[in-house]
Amino acid sequence: MPTFFERRQLVTPGDLIAEGEYIAGENAYDEDNKIYASRIGLIEYEDKKVNVVALRAFYIPKVGDKVIGTVVEVGFNGWTVNINAPYQAMLRASNVLSRPFKPQQDDLSQVLDVGDLVVAKIVAYDRAHDPQLTVGEPELGKITRGQIARITPTKIPRVIGRKGSMISTIQQETGCHIILGLNGVVLITGKNLEDEHLAMMAIRKIDEESHTSGLTDRVTQMLKEEKTKREEIKK
Amino acid sequence: MSQKTEKLIDKKGLRLDGRKLNELRPIKIEVGALSNADGSAYIEQGKNKILAAVYGPKEVHPKHLALQDRMVLRCRYHMAPFSVQERKSPAPSRREVELSKVIRESLEPSIFLEYYPRTVVDIFVEVLQADGGTRCASITAASVALADAGIPMRDLVVACAAGKVDETIALDLMDTEDKIGKADVPVAFMPNLNAITLLQMDGILTTEEFENAVNLALEGCKKIYLMQKEALKTKYVNVKEAEE
Repeated sequence: MPTFFERRQLVTPGDLIAEGEYIAGENAYDEDNKIYASRIGLIEYEDKKVNVVALRAFYIPKVGDKVIGTVVEVGFNGWTVNINAPYQAMLRASNVLSRPFKPQQDDLSQVLDVGDLVVAKIVAYDRAHDPQLTVGEPELGKITRGQIARITPTKIPRVIGRKGSMISTIQQETGCHIILGLNGVVLITGKNLEDEHLAMMAIRKIDEESHTSGLTDRVTQMLKEEKTKREEIKK
Repeated sequence: MSQKTEKLIDKKGLRLDGRKLNELRPIKIEVGALSNADGSAYIEQGKNKILAAVYGPKEVHPKHLALQDRMVLRCRYHMAPFSVQERKSPAPSRREVELSKVIRESLEPSIFLEYYPRTVVDIFVEVLQADGGTRCASITAASVALADAGIPMRDLVVACAAGKVDETIALDLMDTEDKIGKADVPVAFMPNLNAITLLQMDGILTTEEFENAVNLALEGCKKIYLMQKEALKTKYVNVKEAEE
């Protein structure tokens, strides 16, 4: 039962990765006990499981995911939200208002209007139904300030880093608060515009260089260099 | 048809452009040529110049076209008015409508359509310059564009034609060989799964000649397949090496 690629090697769709007692994991499929790749990505082995960490992919909703979306339509009893996925998400009015929803009295566009950004969580989704959102948890709800960065959804784990090392480094260095939407939308809120720009730069760098190693160190270094550079300009 | 007496293959067995019988035209594939598309590819095969763009998966509009159990694949093959010697009307011709269908059907088996029900993927193929064998080059480019868009696929689809020029079977016919030659056999193929997804024939061949033509086309496909993979890999390896 051989494998044909080493860890972190690049594969394209259709590449034969392994044969025999292996299990097809993410972005891989099994045919006649042979494991093939189904996307461009890097190989990762996890015991008997073969994963392809995709370099190109789009976001597919999953129950429990925290996402950041844009309101695209105000309906009769809720909002339609674009969450950067092939499916549009629904947010119910009764979920947003902390009191019972009365269609005659409440003007929904006063609460959330087209173009507003919301941090929300997916509560229900399957093949036959569009995703349902909720904002009834701490940290969720309408976004009132900060900066938005859009990156490839598959690279969010890289922004988090091993045990959150990457994200905590960026937050420490820049003093910004960062919310990661698993759909590839990142919200950065800091004390001033400059800090936010710094955090934005770090996240853009991760998006561009996610497939290289030693990224956390390079990001830390870049942030430090940028900071000293900016202080010199101020003087 | 005054050219009918003209020889397409000289005494040394070389063709009009100096190729051997089993030789492909020079091919160049570029991935991600268009930044506005979700996935794209540009191919040059001899004098052919073709752009392929992929958008999606996204919600289907109009909604009644959506399928509850799988993704819908839509394809538009179009030739630019300046792609041929005499200006072609930009309106879709009968031939383009057929080629759109043929390209779509040759790509469909490679995609996991059942993964994302109620969605659509749009493929746009734009021929900028044509010199015979555009359907094959279009399939090759569209498949690379699909992979670039991150759509899960069983394998890349690669296509190549073979045909009968004068009295012999030759690989990858160009425009004059296609027009004056006796027959043309385009083949689309998934090399890792060893599956043919498109097989057409235009002209007259004996059974034996047909078999030779298919085998020759498959050989050509395998060569182009390596170039497809190379093109996809260079896009990411370049970044990787620049860092290290």
